[in-house]
Amino acid sequence: MRNTLLLAGRELSAYLRSPLGYVVIAAALLIDGILFYAFALGSSAGARLSADVLQNFFYYASGTTMIAAIALSMRLIAGEREAGTLVLLNTAPIKDGEIVAGKFLSALCFVAALTALTAYMPLLIFVNGRVSVGHILVGYVGLLLLGAAALAIGLFASTLAKSQVIAVILGAAILGTLVLLWTAARATDPPLNTFISGLALHHDRQKPFMTGVLKLENVVFYLAITWFFLLAATKTLEARRWR
Amino acid sequence: MAAGPALGVEERLPQERQATRGMTAGGGCCKPRQASLRRTGGTVIEINDLYKYYGERKAVGPLSCTIEAGEIVGLLGLNGAGKTTTLRVLACDLLPSSGSVKVDGLDVVDHPHEVRSRIGYLPDTPPLYAEMTVREYLIFAARLRGMTAEAAEKRVPEVEASTQLDGVRDDVISSLSHGFRQRVGIAQAIVHRPRLLVLDEPISGLDPVQIVEMRELLRSLAGEHTILLSSHILQEISETCDRILVIRDGVIGASGTESELSTQLLQNVRVEVTARHPRDDYRSAAERVRTLLAAIPGVLSVEREPDEVTQVGEGLSTYLVEAQGDVREAICETLVKNAVGVLELKRRERALESVFLQLAASDDQGPRAPRTRKRAARPAPTEASRGGQS
Repeated sequence: MRNTLLLAGRELSAYLRSPLGYVVIAAALLIDGILFYAFALGSSAGARLSADVLQNFFYYASGTTMIAAIALSMRLIAGEREAGTLVLLNTAPIKDGEIVAGKFLSALCFVAALTALTAYMPLLIFVNGRVSVGHILVGYVGLLLLGAAALAIGLFASTLAKSQVIAVILGAAILGTLVLLWTAARATDPPLNTFISGLALHHDRQKPFMTGVLKLENVVFYLAITWFFLLAATKTLEARRWR
Repeated sequence: MAAGPALGVEERLPQERQATRGMTAGGGCCKPRQASLRRTGGTVIEINDLYKYYGERKAVGPLSCTIEAGEIVGLLGLNGAGKTTTLRVLACDLLPSSGSVKVDGLDVVDHPHEVRSRIGYLPDTPPLYAEMTVREYLIFAARLRGMTAEAAEKRVPEVEASTQLDGVRDDVISSLSHGFRQRVGIAQAIVHRPRLLVLDEPISGLDPVQIVEMRELLRSLAGEHTILLSSHILQEISETCDRILVIRDGVIGASGTESELSTQLLQNVRVEVTARHPRDDYRSAAERVRTLLAAIPGVLSVEREPDEVTQVGEGLSTYLVEAQGDVREAICETLVKNAVGVLELKRRERALESVFLQLAASDDQGPRAPRTRKRAARPAPTEASRGGQS
């Protein structure tokens, strides 16, 4: 745990000292703000219930959170490999799992900070409407879980790729496939469609969070996806020593 | 946890050294010069039949060698010979395909964390975080190797002083020159007081002044660490290291000091003789000495330096004698008996460059010229190449 925290601290500091962190935060907040104003809050959205506005906010925020997570995760291992600094970690007396955990933790903290900075938008609903605080909290839990899963996918892609560009493309491809599985589910027959739909990262899994419903199975699903890809990333790092 | 706290590392090392003092020095193919050992402490590196494959391509193997505590050993080879792969396996960055690699008796596959805590590794490109200051980076590297924050805060200034980084400790690494970056790279490798330092091309890209400084730094570290460094710069290896391992196609081709390597290859001994002749009869006297030398049993050839090299005005002439075995005593005896003034008599070592060309180049490829730097103290290149052809 000590090594994990040490690595996470250094990685967070690197985010804050490099343009990438600020660019991702600025871009995500800008896009979130525009989407919130145009499609959730604005007049074009038409009159609707405050809960609908909040649900729309979480819908759009989930998209930007996934994109931000992939952008933030591309540098985690591939960036170190490009800069030649991965060897410092590989030759230090720390486990590959600790490297992955430290990297993931730092990126998760950054995504959490980014998500927290969007809090002014749901709070704006209180100006002319009324929503449950529980709904807001559950929505944010969903965003964080989705962000964690996207980060784990991006981190796994980063361990596979030699460059950050390839990492971000690979991460986006895996994430996009998992998000779009629900469309594949529509084209298949039961019981296969249920299985495929159950694996979809966003559609049926994220919707309950957006509507303020906290289901344990959805929490477990996101945690399982996160754990699976972090484990895959660890095993990839280990395997690279044998290559 | 993979590594204990820093205090643990610092406390453990003296005990390890104590424990390994009683170990028997490994044989292998590499016997160190005992006189050059700065510290006795047993075998630090034991490599037996190491093979490393990248896919179907063999990068290293079969490679065996032993390195004793306190040695500075140079791994010399052409590009692609397997130097970096060998060092990466030692540093636990790569795992061997087969064979055993032990550091302090610990196998790199079975005990990677313990081995890593004993090794300081500097790859060919220093692994530096450009956005950090030197001080921040070294503290991070120290803590990464298991030191506590307090121990790291105490240790890092010592390392900065020993690597002469005091003046740039608050500078951001991205603003440092190449030479300073190399120093930071070495500083991170020694910050946890490792028993073994593994340095891949530590002098690569340095200017002449930085090379001298780096050489002095490496020599100063030898008292505390066993050092294995790689290079393809021949003179640098020769000047810095106690012993040279020549690697070719992933195999140790030869091992020893520069002189020992010369002897291994050089069957014939070359002796340089400087004699004084009467100035009024210089030419005939020189020819007489040449005949005398040629008549000595075992002498294969005698060459006299050309007049533009020989000091004719002083009555001095220099001869290069090639013989089977050491004929210096016989030369001295013959010349003295014949009333020839002997001013100098010395055996010529074969230049490392020539040895290297034979040892490191593939048989089927023919010799490739290694990278060399000019150095005044070395024999003239023409002489070196002549020696290589004998």
